[in-house]
Amino acid sequence: MRDMIVSELTQAIQQFSRGFAHILPRIIVMAVIALVGWLAAYLARALLRSILRLIKFDRLSESAGASVLLTKAGLPQATELLSQLGFAITWMVFILLGVSVLGILGVQELITNLFQFLPRLFAGLLIIFVGLLTASFFSRATLLAAVNANLPSPRLLSTAVRAILIVFVLSMFFEELGVGEQTMLLAFGIAFGAAMLGLAIAFGAGGRNLAQRFLESRLSPDNDDDGRKDEFSPL
Amino acid sequence: MKKSKAENDEVLSDEFLRQLMGVGEVDIVVGLPTHNNAATIGPVIEAIQGGLLAFFPRERAVIINADGGSRDGTPDLVVNAAIDDVGRGSKIYALRTLHAISTEYASTPARGTALRAILAAAELLRAKACIILSPESTQLKADSIASLLRPIYSEGFDLVLPTYARHRFDGLLLTNLLYPMTRALYGLRIREPHALDFAFSGKLGDQFLSQNPWDDETARAGSESRFTLSAIAGGYRICQSFLGNREHIERRTADLVPALRQTVAPLFSFVHSTAPVWRGRLGSELIPTTGPDREFTREPLRINRKRLLGMFVSGVAELESIFRSILTVPTLERLQEIARLDEAQFCYSEELWVKTVYEFAAAYHKSVISRDHILQALAPLFRGRALTFLLQNNQGSSDDVVNNIETLCLEFERLKPYLLEKMEL
Repeated sequence: MRDMIVSELTQAIQQFSRGFAHILPRIIVMAVIALVGWLAAYLARALLRSILRLIKFDRLSESAGASVLLTKAGLPQATELLSQLGFAITWMVFILLGVSVLGILGVQELITNLFQFLPRLFAGLLIIFVGLLTASFFSRATLLAAVNANLPSPRLLSTAVRAILIVFVLSMFFEELGVGEQTMLLAFGIAFGAAMLGLAIAFGAGGRNLAQRFLESRLSPDNDDDGRKDEFSPL
Repeated sequence: MKKSKAENDEVLSDEFLRQLMGVGEVDIVVGLPTHNNAATIGPVIEAIQGGLLAFFPRERAVIINADGGSRDGTPDLVVNAAIDDVGRGSKIYALRTLHAISTEYASTPARGTALRAILAAAELLRAKACIILSPESTQLKADSIASLLRPIYSEGFDLVLPTYARHRFDGLLLTNLLYPMTRALYGLRIREPHALDFAFSGKLGDQFLSQNPWDDETARAGSESRFTLSAIAGGYRICQSFLGNREHIERRTADLVPALRQTVAPLFSFVHSTAPVWRGRLGSELIPTTGPDREFTREPLRINRKRLLGMFVSGVAELESIFRSILTVPTLERLQEIARLDEAQFCYSEELWVKTVYEFAAAYHKSVISRDHILQALAPLFRGRALTFLLQNNQGSSDDVVNNIETLCLEFERLKPYLLEKMEL
């Protein structure tokens, strides 16, 4: 009995030793890949940071309104955030490569899926950035047009335009990622439809007189936007 | 960017080219850009015909109407106006045929495109002198045509700009920004840098035709201003001629932003591109002028001051986030201070206005946000400055108005180093 236990234990230890000896070089390879990956990620971060500073990306992000969002969320500025993101993604890619060397069942498939997901993530991030830039541009254009046309509540109009565009951009982002596609699409449709219906009712019912004056000024060539003229000629 | 002759010829339609070939070479081209101007075009054509008959009877001349899709028969009025009608009335007879042709350059009006078509036609016809007239300038007389053309034709000038007798509150953008800033930058006292009635030599017209970036919509929109500015920057000989009263034309609130695009945008873009020309210039000098430099009239004119103040105050409050990227903190704080004043105390001082304009010019140069948005953001501030000008000059004499404009001009000249500093030149 005692011999049997010793034999079983010896066998188990030998099996573990064999297994460990078998996997040890792979772990070392993984560690080396991870170390090289860290160096590559470090270089990638430095390179990305330099490029973004060179093209004054922070200013672009500021004009897109992204900087305000980042500050509110307690995140670093766009250049630093993207540099760190570049570092994390590069290192993660190397670590996954290292893990794949271990040959663990199922992990390979997960890694493949992750690699397939990365381009969509980048495309999604691009959509978000361009979308914020567009939303910022159009909300500013609305604000300026409303102020110069002497319309009431210009900031409300501008915020509404920005909000609608951001919701639209978010729905595109989630659609790109494949996360809750239908839900986001429906949510956007409902929110947009409700906002438009609300505005139409508010404009028609609450601002009947305003609507009348607005239409008169637009459709009658003799009237200014509020029925009066400035009476000074700039040129 | 230099445009080839072939590129400029593209703006001339086949039919228009045929008409031009029928005219042949000419000495004088009279350009009339129009759009639904049937109500006012008659006196302008009479002035042109009378002027050419009386003062240039031996010269070969053509009236070229570039129309932006009129629906009131304006082109027909131009083309059908016979030279003999004037001849019979004034007992002066033409020695040469005065041709009148018309082309529709687009179905919607665009003065830049109209100017380009006229310049391309003038180049093709090898005109020695060209005169562009506004179809709304009903005050023009036969003498006015001579006043504009003679310095080109006989005295060797390249550009003749108009001066007018205006209502003191007409052309506020000219008196408060365009004239003083052009004067401060280039050292020339040009009263109407954005002229709608002006004459120029064939040489200057050809140069502008080949160098103006016509494909750029912004540049096209401000072609008249760009024309004057490129003549100044190019060192061409410029003079002014007095053309009498300029009638007050009522404008709508919405007209201010397009006016800024047509005039201030070219000026701001020239500030950067011609920096080597103006950087070292100090002070300013008069340019040769026939007749008075400027006259002011003071017939009653109702202007809604309350509305001007309201739009200024609302602009300063609502556009704060935009102003933060254009203006310096001290300037913005001072604007916010005056926005709290009531009408009786309101004063947008010369110094503050000049600093505002120069900071806008620097922001435009650096493109801190969309350039068109920068221009639009200037509109409510200009209303504030216009209100101060109205309050300053409401009761005073014409001399007081002249003095106040002079004070503003000197402030623009004094603060020129501030512009250089802001533009980091």
